[in-house]
Amino acid sequence: MSLQDSFLEIREVRSWFPMRKSLFSNKETQYVKAVDGVSLSLVKGEVLGLVGESGCGKTTLSRAIMQLIRPTSGKIILEGKDLTLLPEKELRAMRPNFQMIFQDPFASLNPRLTVFDTLSEAIRVRHKLRGDELKAAVGQLMIKVGLSAIQMNKYPHEFSGGQRQRIAIARALAPEPKLIIADEPVSALDVSIQSQVLNLLKELIQSMGLTMIFISHDLSVVKYMADRIAVMYLGKIVELGEAIEVMANPVHAYTQALISAIPTLDPKSERSRKRIVLQGDPPSPIDPPKGCSFASRSWISHSPKDAKLDGVFMEVKPGHFVEVHPATVENHRRYLPDSKFETQ
Amino acid sequence: MSLLNVENLATYFDTRQGTVRAVDGVSLSLEKGETLGIVGESGSGKSVTCYSLLRLIPEPPGRIVSGTAIFDGADLLQMKKRDLNQIRARKISMIFQDPMTSLNPYIRIGDQLIEPLLIHKICNKAQARERALEMMNAVGISDPIKRYSLYPHEFSGGMRQRIMIAMALITKPELLIADEPTTALDVTVQAQILELIRKMQKELGMAVILITHDLGVISGFCDRVSVMYSGTVVEAGTADDIFYRAQHAYTRGLKKSIPSTQEKGSKLYTIPGSPPQPIGPKPVCAFAPRSDLNFTEEEARMKAQFLEVQPGHWVEVHPASVENYKEYLK
Repeated sequence: MSLQDSFLEIREVRSWFPMRKSLFSNKETQYVKAVDGVSLSLVKGEVLGLVGESGCGKTTLSRAIMQLIRPTSGKIILEGKDLTLLPEKELRAMRPNFQMIFQDPFASLNPRLTVFDTLSEAIRVRHKLRGDELKAAVGQLMIKVGLSAIQMNKYPHEFSGGQRQRIAIARALAPEPKLIIADEPVSALDVSIQSQVLNLLKELIQSMGLTMIFISHDLSVVKYMADRIAVMYLGKIVELGEAIEVMANPVHAYTQALISAIPTLDPKSERSRKRIVLQGDPPSPIDPPKGCSFASRSWISHSPKDAKLDGVFMEVKPGHFVEVHPATVENHRRYLPDSKFETQ
Repeated sequence: MSLLNVENLATYFDTRQGTVRAVDGVSLSLEKGETLGIVGESGSGKSVTCYSLLRLIPEPPGRIVSGTAIFDGADLLQMKKRDLNQIRARKISMIFQDPMTSLNPYIRIGDQLIEPLLIHKICNKAQARERALEMMNAVGISDPIKRYSLYPHEFSGGMRQRIMIAMALITKPELLIADEPTTALDVTVQAQILELIRKMQKELGMAVILITHDLGVISGFCDRVSVMYSGTVVEAGTADDIFYRAQHAYTRGLKKSIPSTQEKGSKLYTIPGSPPQPIGPKPVCAFAPRSDLNFTEEEARMKAQFLEVQPGHWVEVHPASVENYKEYLK
């Protein structure tokens, strides 16, 4: 893929947060390395699923892309413009182009604003409409997300969780964005409502030609929504590829564990099935272990000396990238001879 | 004789909008060592059912209107508070959904862990400490001696849930009620916790009631399953009954709407509408407004009946909920 066709290009993004030690300590400042060198690129109209456990940095990454926090280093290029270099004023003018849908529809809507207030504010970012025209635009937007225009003078508390998430989606769509980041948009919803909202998102992506980063910890949802999947672990992308390919042939041990944790609806196979159960918790991002950060939880046998080596992020099949390391990939020599690994 | 037998339990809440029939005629039974799954969406009454059993419902606004819950020969709903306290956390333990809020942030982990043992005067403090360390080991917390004197905020979510499990099991109860024990946790940790509950169940031979909204969690874990909708059980049977031979339209809809069961690119199946508010007069069939089955207005007025369609497999039969209802309803 050449640079020209990529719609959103994320290059080596790092987001580190300094930790305050004591006032008089002259120790070196430690950093929480929430996002530590992520590169991704999206073409227009693509849906990228971002998967990982809580604390792996997926939300921080999305906030860095949205410029809600300025990343420590790296570039975020949207349609040829590097957002990290733009001054605040120009960035503000760009903001309608990228919008966000949050996880909790109970917390993300202002309880004191009616649906009309919330949506009209978002519409006026782009179009200076007033009076009846504005009302009509709000009505259309509500119909688009499956609500009825009569409900525009109601307050958020008068709606159910699923309806509220529809309002949040409408608000994100109002400034006519090109890129939407949806951060766990259905995790707070009931099963029967979840599928309604997923259907709506899918429809909107197709009809409006949206590009989307869909964040979730639920691989079965991501598999359904996304064209490509990126798996994140402790601030880094460890596997990236076509959704179907990653789900069918996961290479990284962590992806394999995530997929094996998806429960099925078949009690018979479920009872006999051997799940890959990961040991322990992910290491702390404050002082991540040298070398491979997954080694301490991996079930693939490797020598303690190997664990200190750095993994190599490489293309194992066309379009399928994996962080290859003795502890993360079984038979890693298939892809890389040992001499390629560098010791830290 | 079964370990727990709940008959016709009803718990209502009096609110300004009217009386909410949160639980409205629920019957359950559980054998020793058995695992029962209760599935339902939020507001279906699954948690209130279990809270009612231990009388943890705030009264008012809540009140237990009717029903019996026979545990070990005594009715939990009628017994004196003092007698109930002898059962709580000793014979019946509970794990709550959110490990972040169910531990006291001011009290050291160890002191919280041994509290049930000291309250029930099962052993002295030194013995309790020994048992707590054993228990922490059993639930997979490394370095228990050091961690014993830490505070909850120094633990991760998965570890806190392990502590909750250790605390619930330290008295070796006969029944464990787990209310969405894995919902707040990550997928990989979820697998660890379920595995742990199963292991402990085998060791102690206790019965487990697992409450969840996730059918997937239930499928490999439970012997029997009750599906709840709008305060009542609409279908109950063995796991195989529910997953291979589901009869009720709601159970079928729930199963169909899970993304992993669907082809990529196809439109997801959805149950139309949203769960009803159980306020006001009781409808003949709460699911009728959301059903995608064909039924006439006359059929819609028929009274739903909870019938045993196969040995051990119970379904609330109504024209709106079961396709070939005529086989069962006279």
